[in-house]
Amino acid sequence: MTLFLPELTLIFMALVFFFASLANLKETRLQALGLLFSAIAVLVSVSSYGMEGSLFFNAYRVDAFSQMFKVIITFGLFIVIYLGKGLYGIDNTLRPEYYLFMTLSAFGLMCMSSAVELITIILSLEIHSFALFIMIPFRKHGAYRKQMEAGIKYALFGAAASGISLYGMSYIFGMTHTTYLADLVKIIPGVIFDKPLMLIGLVMLLCGFFYKLALFPMHFWAPDVYEGAANETSGFVATLPKIGAVALLIRLISLAGADAGQFTWVLMVFAVLSMTFGNLSALVQNDIKRLLAYSSIAHAGYVMIGLLCATDFGYLSGIYYIAGYLLMNLACFYVIYNLAPKGENITFDDLGGLYKRSPLLALTLAVGAFGLAGIPPTIGFTGKLFLFTAAIKKDMYALVILAVINSGLGIFYYLKMVRAAYTGVDAQVSPLNLRLSTAVLGIFFIVIIILLGTFPQGFMDVAKEAVAAVI
Amino acid sequence: MEQYLIYNSLSYPILTVIVAVPLVGSLITLFIRGDRYLKIWGLMVTLITAVLSLPLYSNFDLTTAKYQFAEFRDWIPFVNIDYVLGVDGISVLLVLLTTLVMPLCILCSWTYIKDRFKEFICVLLLMEAAMVGVFISLNTVLFFIFWEAMLVPMYLLIAVWGGPRRDYASIKFFLYTLIGSIFLFVAIIAMYVTTGTFFIPKLMAHQFSFSYQMWIFWAFTLAFAIKVPMWPFHTWLPAAHVEAPTAGSVILASILLKMGGYGFLRFCLPMAPAATFYCMPYLIAISIISIIFGGYLALGQSDVKRLIAYSSVSHMGFVTLGIFLLNTVGIKGAILQMVNHGITTGALFILVGMIYERTHSREISDNSALGMVMPIYVTFLVIFSLSSLAFPGTNSFVGEFLVLLASFSKYKIVGGFAVIGAILAAAYMLRLVQKMVWADSDGHMHHGDRSHLFDLNFREIATLGFLTVFVFWIGLNPEPFLKVMDTSTTHLLQQLESGRHVMPAGEHHALLNGVGESIKHVLALK
Repeated sequence: MTLFLPELTLIFMALVFFFASLANLKETRLQALGLLFSAIAVLVSVSSYGMEGSLFFNAYRVDAFSQMFKVIITFGLFIVIYLGKGLYGIDNTLRPEYYLFMTLSAFGLMCMSSAVELITIILSLEIHSFALFIMIPFRKHGAYRKQMEAGIKYALFGAAASGISLYGMSYIFGMTHTTYLADLVKIIPGVIFDKPLMLIGLVMLLCGFFYKLALFPMHFWAPDVYEGAANETSGFVATLPKIGAVALLIRLISLAGADAGQFTWVLMVFAVLSMTFGNLSALVQNDIKRLLAYSSIAHAGYVMIGLLCATDFGYLSGIYYIAGYLLMNLACFYVIYNLAPKGENITFDDLGGLYKRSPLLALTLAVGAFGLAGIPPTIGFTGKLFLFTAAIKKDMYALVILAVINSGLGIFYYLKMVRAAYTGVDAQVSPLNLRLSTAVLGIFFIVIIILLGTFPQGFMDVAKEAVAAVI
Repeated sequence: MEQYLIYNSLSYPILTVIVAVPLVGSLITLFIRGDRYLKIWGLMVTLITAVLSLPLYSNFDLTTAKYQFAEFRDWIPFVNIDYVLGVDGISVLLVLLTTLVMPLCILCSWTYIKDRFKEFICVLLLMEAAMVGVFISLNTVLFFIFWEAMLVPMYLLIAVWGGPRRDYASIKFFLYTLIGSIFLFVAIIAMYVTTGTFFIPKLMAHQFSFSYQMWIFWAFTLAFAIKVPMWPFHTWLPAAHVEAPTAGSVILASILLKMGGYGFLRFCLPMAPAATFYCMPYLIAISIISIIFGGYLALGQSDVKRLIAYSSVSHMGFVTLGIFLLNTVGIKGAILQMVNHGITTGALFILVGMIYERTHSREISDNSALGMVMPIYVTFLVIFSLSSLAFPGTNSFVGEFLVLLASFSKYKIVGGFAVIGAILAAAYMLRLVQKMVWADSDGHMHHGDRSHLFDLNFREIATLGFLTVFVFWIGLNPEPFLKVMDTSTTHLLQQLESGRHVMPAGEHHALLNGVGESIKHVLALK
């Protein structure tokens, strides 16, 4: 019972919003409720850190690894709710439901980080995805009903990805006669070299999570979904699911053992294609959310570098990077959200002269974008330093050089964003006044991105303990 | 650690303090209102930093090549990254140059900058912290952090306060520098993985294999050559200089360019000694092209700032030439030339900024025949122009003379080419002085309304006067400056000598080999 407490908190939170949808609460009340419960969820997750145990016939494992991810997920949820003050893009009547599905989706992610059995993994993936499928079309007014297109695309791609995953699972189960990761880890390293079927099964299984991470070849949904969904929804879709995906990918990749031969090669090819495709496509985007979507495909590639090393240092770097990515990306979405009080999409033209309209937003965007570009002393730089170190330790020089060239490419469009914010229109622009609570979040992003980038030791110590629980 | 470092024995941790004071100062700036107070605050912070940095010179131990005033603290222990700072004879003058030039940057912006003063001071102070950090870091990651952190404030300086084409110039500057440094980044990680340390002196002591050295050498060289900038990577410099505000140009010319030269001395030479000897002919050839090419282009400019920018390319060519001659005189000349260039070109940019404030033009033709109306201004202009063309008795003469001496003693033909650069310098600087001071003036004031051409005020005289002191001090008595670098230079050459023998008998890089030999052949006039 106590082991399951963080999940229970979220279930309770979902129930509260369910009843709230029957009542007629004001948006501020709803947000207050969301903040309260997600804050409690963060506290519960933090206090559950250090617990260990198994639930549901050993299909559900609570350890340092899962609990750390739960802390990150609940914390992310808290920030997303805080960021979406006013829910500019969501229709009044749908607001309680919006929070309800967001909570359920986060609940699914928490389950993903603890699931250690294939069916449980698929179940939690579906809980998470189904809630998102419903959430994405929630948008007040999109041009040409783009939100519907986004919803359909996300659902269809999601269904296909789950199908591929299940198909891969059937291979794995057929060859090993077990669905428990703890048993699989004993069998797979022995057979992955001489049974190609196992390799295929494993890669197909991973596809479901590549989809969540928006990694090549399962990335096609990202730009359209980001563009079509409301700004606050995109902020959620762009960040939290990736945390869950990384948690599971670490569990699954470590199944193959430290020296997995062709398996590593396949992942490497995906990583490089993902980075290159994402960065090249991002160069020509005009819609900022679309740009961030392509950049997220590129970042999925960077994270993959850490994961495919299959060393504890690699996993650590991956976790650090994805946590940093959460913060930096949310910082960018925070700016987008606050720039569009009617919930419309933002283009480069809208960023023009931002530093005159609101210096804080411009600075937050600069820190977020420079962080994503990997410029010190931000978390993005330290993350890349760790990732590349992990890869060079495995002698993957070619991979690192490709990644470095890619991060050079990435700088073009991140800088384009900052440039738009810091130069641009000479005409008089109306100043943008932020509420104090909103300004606080912006300052929080700036400080945490720089602080965590400068002093990563504390985070890494925790993550190290967590990763030790998996390997 | 004791074999590399001499821990700081002053009453305060001097190196941390001179980074922290501007850094904290820049944060406090955000809470100050009123342009007047902001200016005074900026000046105060930079002056305090400058004063606090002076013991670096007065307490400097000339007898050792170890890193002095060192500080050491754990930072990210799990990847072995320490917070370690220290200066030696190579970096100490550059640190002092930085801290002493920064107050002048505030002074020369006193009336030049019209809007966003708060952000301006903040960015300038951040810049100072990052620049000092680059010179004093003894950890490659720390070095890289400061190196990259410098980009953002400099980008903002050009993009927000720059001229009409600031957009183009700032992005060009940013991308050029950044793309150079990503390979630096890979080299830093690769060296860590090989040796298990980011600590610079340990990396210097490590003997890498020859082909490994070649890789890291070129990765470093690309980054530093862009920063110096050497031909053919120089094209960002004129654009950035022309568009940057005066303070930006001064920082760029006086300090930023020095980081390239410093990088060569700190990384390329000691960490890849065999590769350095091997690649020396190419670098010398590129340096000579930079000297002549920069000088030649400067001849044809009609924009004063652009002219000085190209002259920088030429002068910095002398620096890289001196470094890659790989002897004591050359390297000492190169370091001194870096300091001189910082003083002289910085002053020239301040002078351009002053005249731009009055006439709102940087064209030579719009600023001609100033001698009658602005006698104090033209006095300074002539002094610094003469210094720029290395007139005997001024600072640049000593530096350039040492480099020329070194090149004639090693490769006569190199000396011959470098002299062409010195002659070109005389040609374009004297042409500039002739046009700006005299032009077709016949001594009468009939050039239209020149009432806006008031002469320099006290603040401006103080700014330039400070730099003038150094022009003649170094020019007439360079010994106090040269002796600081003595021990460290000797030590650097020892490192080079002891490391040059890992080179195998030339099977590697066969393509480069042939070209290198033929360049050497031409250089040695055999």
